[in-house]
Amino acid sequence: MEEKQSYWQENLRLIFICLAIWFVVSFGFGILLVEPLNEFRLGGYKLGFWFAQQGSIYTFVGLIFWYTKKMNQLDKKYNVEES
Amino acid sequence: MDELKLYTYIAVFGSFAMYFAIAWWARAGSTSDFYVAGGGITPLQNGMAIGADWMSAASFLSMAGMIAFLGYGGSVFLMGWTGGYVLLAMLLAPYMRKHGKFTVPEFISDRYYSKTARVVAVVCLIIASLTYIIGQMKGVGVAFSHFLEVEYENGLYIGMFVVWVYAVLGGMKGITYTQIAQYCVLIFAYTIPAVFISLQLTGNPIPQLGLGSTLADGSGVYLLDKLDRVVTDLGFKEYTTANMGGTINMFAYTLSLMIGTAGLPHVIMRFFTVPSVQAARSSAGYALVFIALLYTVAPAVGAMARLNLMNTIEPAAGQNMDYAERPQWFKDWEKTGLLKYQDKNGDGKVQYTANEASNEMVKVDRDIMVLANPAIANLPNWVIALVAAGGLAAALSTAAGLLLAISSSISHDLMKGILTPDMSEKNELLAGRVVMTLSIFVAGYLGLNPPGFAAGTVALAFGLAASSIFPALMMGIFAKKMSGTAAVWGMCSGIGVTMLYVFQHKGIMFIPGTSFLGDMGANWFLGISPNAFGAVGAIVNFAVAFLVLRVTGPAPAHIQQMVDNFRTPHGEITTAHNH
Repeated sequence: MEEKQSYWQENLRLIFICLAIWFVVSFGFGILLVEPLNEFRLGGYKLGFWFAQQGSIYTFVGLIFWYTKKMNQLDKKYNVEES
Repeated sequence: MDELKLYTYIAVFGSFAMYFAIAWWARAGSTSDFYVAGGGITPLQNGMAIGADWMSAASFLSMAGMIAFLGYGGSVFLMGWTGGYVLLAMLLAPYMRKHGKFTVPEFISDRYYSKTARVVAVVCLIIASLTYIIGQMKGVGVAFSHFLEVEYENGLYIGMFVVWVYAVLGGMKGITYTQIAQYCVLIFAYTIPAVFISLQLTGNPIPQLGLGSTLADGSGVYLLDKLDRVVTDLGFKEYTTANMGGTINMFAYTLSLMIGTAGLPHVIMRFFTVPSVQAARSSAGYALVFIALLYTVAPAVGAMARLNLMNTIEPAAGQNMDYAERPQWFKDWEKTGLLKYQDKNGDGKVQYTANEASNEMVKVDRDIMVLANPAIANLPNWVIALVAAGGLAAALSTAAGLLLAISSSISHDLMKGILTPDMSEKNELLAGRVVMTLSIFVAGYLGLNPPGFAAGTVALAFGLAASSIFPALMMGIFAKKMSGTAAVWGMCSGIGVTMLYVFQHKGIMFIPGTSFLGDMGANWFLGISPNAFGAVGAIVNFAVAFLVLRVTGPAPAHIQQMVDNFRTPHGEITTAHNH
């Protein structure tokens, strides 16, 4: 039972980190901070605009795969993989 | 027959023949095949199928057009319709897969030990899915009538027949394998014209990079800077900074689309088709890769289409195109009424400006941008034919997924789950097929006679899913003590608030004249548009549920145990105690 509790706690911590990044790149960089970021450029892109239309999407993809990898390690660590 | 028509027939009917062949090969033999494809789909296959399921006629045909005219404001669709997959992968999919059932209402009924909750979920699901399907049916009709020059009605009948054959025969198994083929068709159809146009304009074949590159005309000016200048010169808002209804509205809109995406049942039920919890996590990742392929190309398509359109009408400042010398695509779209010109100052030239009084492009429909794009850029006919097949693939694949969500919620949740629990598997499979056939007729009827509220319904579908289904599922997994009574109260008040807000601004059931607050920015709560209100509805849902939980007490111990069980991949599949 203890084991299961700490497995769940570690999972929650991971989710929290991922969703914090998810929030920062989309709502943060793409919407709330878009104007100051637009002062910087990435090639022809204004940086805030790039996050809103490109960067946030790439980050989302990366986040899911990172979470999947971490969770697979966690499943092994706590020995709760599917039989 | 001219060359374009011949190519279009080959592309469209060739792809249809392929879908039929796949459906015959993957026909369903059991209820498990029918509802969840026997649970044997690999994450990569599932990712592609989700991609096709998700990317509807709206994504394929309308989104780039909306971005072309909204500029930066269109970002809410890009972030909203992709960010939801992060929520799905981390908050819902793995746990629901572990629980191991066929449908979303079934999960809700087990978790909340309540038939009321199941019925509420079925109602939300049917409203959300039906409103969504009307748009797909219209998409099929429009694509056929434009490319094959058949009547809108006949186009719709052909579309209904094709979906009927492979959805009823194959169930989830047939639909999944067909969707994999449809994904390939639609992604090629979308990216090939984009690659050509990006090459023409910037010399870079990758549209995502082309959008950030300099123009190939030797001026050394960045494409986006040029576009900003062209549109602001004519009085339009600057492309890369044009906001949509203020920061709070964009924030709420994006959030509504994200949680609506994660709460739409036809997407969630896809995660029941994979063999393991691990596969559920990674298939969300693959799905987003396949979706991102289109969604990162769309902003390039939008911006380049806008620039090409502007350049065609006014090749250099003050040198406007003569109306008499307008290109063929201009004439073609004028025939449909989606593009309209009116020579206001009588000089025979075309002026396109933001000023109502002097603007002569009286109507430029956003939905034509993707279809007209290859012709505007003078691309070869086979590319245009491919776009036709792609648009149909997008509409058909989404329609099939929605039909399955509807028919399974009726045959499995209402009939097998509540009305006639002792139905045999064979009869349930038959019932599923009959219900699906009926659903196709209902969808077809609604496509032929779109109700007055059809225009506002996609927003309502997302609002409903965001304010009812998503919070109920998330609390079911993350709040172990959450009780059935509290969840039902939460769902009803979330939906209630959202519908009330939409109706008070858009009219009751969208009937004009019945709105009591008027659809105007000044009356919006915090400036949030009705389309963006699902996020507020979701917050109300959470708040009410936790309040009722405090008053009525937590869920029984065996339910809390069940939650513990589906939080880890290990161990037996959970079984409910109430049926």
